[in-house]
Amino acid sequence: MSTTRKRVYGYLAEFKSASALYKAAEKVRDAGFRRWDCYSPYPIHGLDKAMGLKRSILPWFVFFGGMTGTATAFVLATLTQTDVWSFMPWLEKAAETYPTVVQGKPTNIFTVPAFFPIMFELTILFSGFTVLFGVLALMKLPRLNHPLFASNQFHRATDDGFFIALEARDSKFSPAGTRSFLEEIGGANIELVEEED
Amino acid sequence: MAHATHTADETRQGPKIPVLEREKLILNNRSYHWITDRICGVLENKQPAVWWMLFVPSALIALIGVVGGLSILVSTGVGVWGMTNTVFWGWDITNFVFWIGIGHAGTLISAILFLTRQNWRTSINRAAEAMTIFAVCCAGIFPAFHVGRVWFAWFLAPIPNANAVWQNFKSPLLWDVFAVSTYFTISLIFWYLGMVPDLATIRDRCKPGLRKLLYGIFSMGWRGGNRQWSHYEMAYLLLAALSTPLVLSVHSVVSFDFATSIVPGWHTTIFPPYFVAGAIFGGFAMVLTIMIPARFIYGLQDMITMKHIDNMAKIILLTGTIVGYAYLMELFVAFYSGAQYEAAAFKYRLVGPYWWAYVAMMSCNVLSPQVFWFKWCRENLWVVMAVCMCVNVGMWFERFVIIVTTLARMFLPGDWAYYRASPVEIMLFVGTIGMFLALFLLFLRFLPCINIAEVKWTLPEADPHHDDHHDHPDHGVAKEAAYQHELTTKA
Repeated sequence: MSTTRKRVYGYLAEFKSASALYKAAEKVRDAGFRRWDCYSPYPIHGLDKAMGLKRSILPWFVFFGGMTGTATAFVLATLTQTDVWSFMPWLEKAAETYPTVVQGKPTNIFTVPAFFPIMFELTILFSGFTVLFGVLALMKLPRLNHPLFASNQFHRATDDGFFIALEARDSKFSPAGTRSFLEEIGGANIELVEEED
Repeated sequence: MAHATHTADETRQGPKIPVLEREKLILNNRSYHWITDRICGVLENKQPAVWWMLFVPSALIALIGVVGGLSILVSTGVGVWGMTNTVFWGWDITNFVFWIGIGHAGTLISAILFLTRQNWRTSINRAAEAMTIFAVCCAGIFPAFHVGRVWFAWFLAPIPNANAVWQNFKSPLLWDVFAVSTYFTISLIFWYLGMVPDLATIRDRCKPGLRKLLYGIFSMGWRGGNRQWSHYEMAYLLLAALSTPLVLSVHSVVSFDFATSIVPGWHTTIFPPYFVAGAIFGGFAMVLTIMIPARFIYGLQDMITMKHIDNMAKIILLTGTIVGYAYLMELFVAFYSGAQYEAAAFKYRLVGPYWWAYVAMMSCNVLSPQVFWFKWCRENLWVVMAVCMCVNVGMWFERFVIIVTTLARMFLPGDWAYYRASPVEIMLFVGTIGMFLALFLLFLRFLPCINIAEVKWTLPEADPHHDDHHDHPDHGVAKEAAYQHELTTKA
């Protein structure tokens, strides 16, 4: 017997198929639960709506990340290759640049089309990094452990299992009531998941 | 092939338009668990003998060719390559463009086919993306060492330095540095992010130990909750949308290396689309070259079906024909423009000292894929493999023709030279082939070679409304056309 104190994480219930999970999710949503999630081995189309989730806000992050990339490339290229920043002498001095006329391209703003490829590439590069770090932040990953990993059936969520977990943090949660609620909406193998305190 | 039209009875939503039934992407009604088992089995079971028979020679060739070849090069100088004062780009840049092109099919499959909702991509996208990464690794070696003193290669990056010397951002060569490095980075992010749920699947199947720890670290604690999937799907969509213009830009920028010069034979506006089509063409051939044996060795026939091979053969036919059109148009423009240097450049391609390379290119790239007009040829794996090998060879010759033939016959007859590859150049190229194969075999050994989560998604029962008889009076047998569904729900 472990001597550590345990705290209830919540209930985990299995559902037999994607459609059963979908219908159960609608019922959990309508019952007013806030802290819960559906687990499935692949993304289920339309489940966001059944769970009452909003569209991901990730595109906003990526838009600003991408714009940062465009601006970075523009400043980098124009600062080192042109005189367009001469109204900010301290900036030109800080970068110590010697704009040269090569390939018949002047050192004024009209050279900018030659910088478009690099502006494009850095837009994509910065956007890509924003996608990666943005999605990790929104998914609250990486994390090394999670209470659900203590469950002895949860490993099937990445294989062929469909689960709903209702967390004890939710104000609607009650040890007996939630269990019978899960039974009512068709959950099987209902399990009380505990985490070490 | 089971094509059948279903004319369902009139439903409450009005008369149904007969819809051609979709071919199944996963055969034999496999379950979710079977898919997991079969794909994870590739890396969990002991590797077959043929894996070792391929891996050991590939790794040795890579070691001797790449490590050995580069050691000779760095310790002696670029003079060990056969390049002359006039033919200053030889096998090195040919190999660079060849490998970069190979990578393009991976991004096309993972990004463009995702945006166009081609669900058949799910069985092949992981391996194709891996191929992209490894091909770009091979490609990167050549320009990096071609600069001569490789320890100054960091001059390519815009790092503030004491010389106050900055890169020439107006140069296509620098655009290339940015394009290729961005391409590599984004492909890596796309590949890795797409693999996270599958790494979690492997983690959950492992017994506790080092393996579980490592797969656990790389799967970052993925749980498959819909609150994660929701953001994940958005991230995947965004990466696909970013990669699509990126993949088109990369080979366009590579073609700018040539097209923005004034060399006859290079200075043409057709280069960007022609290079992109050629890259996709060569890349698909390489995907098939690798996936047909892999599918056979690991028993993945139910997931990588003849339907997939058929689709890829059709894409090879299409892009091969575009490439053929570009070749002919180049010749026509050389004749029709009246530019005598341009005309001379193409005359020397056809009848000059490198005529054999031109013949190899034309026959492998334009003629060989034409057999794919015939269904029998697309269904016979030996024919498919033979054509793909031809295309692999032909696409290498295409770059050789563009680069070497042109440089060997420039404006001044005094510059004319005949370039031969030196042993070190040959070593290095053969070495990259070994490196590519060895990396791919390691990928098969350690990472899931098919996208487990996405393949499950293509099963009919993956649709949450699959058994919803109220929505599907025909019991889900015939899928109604999406546009019809939209019309009826609005009404």
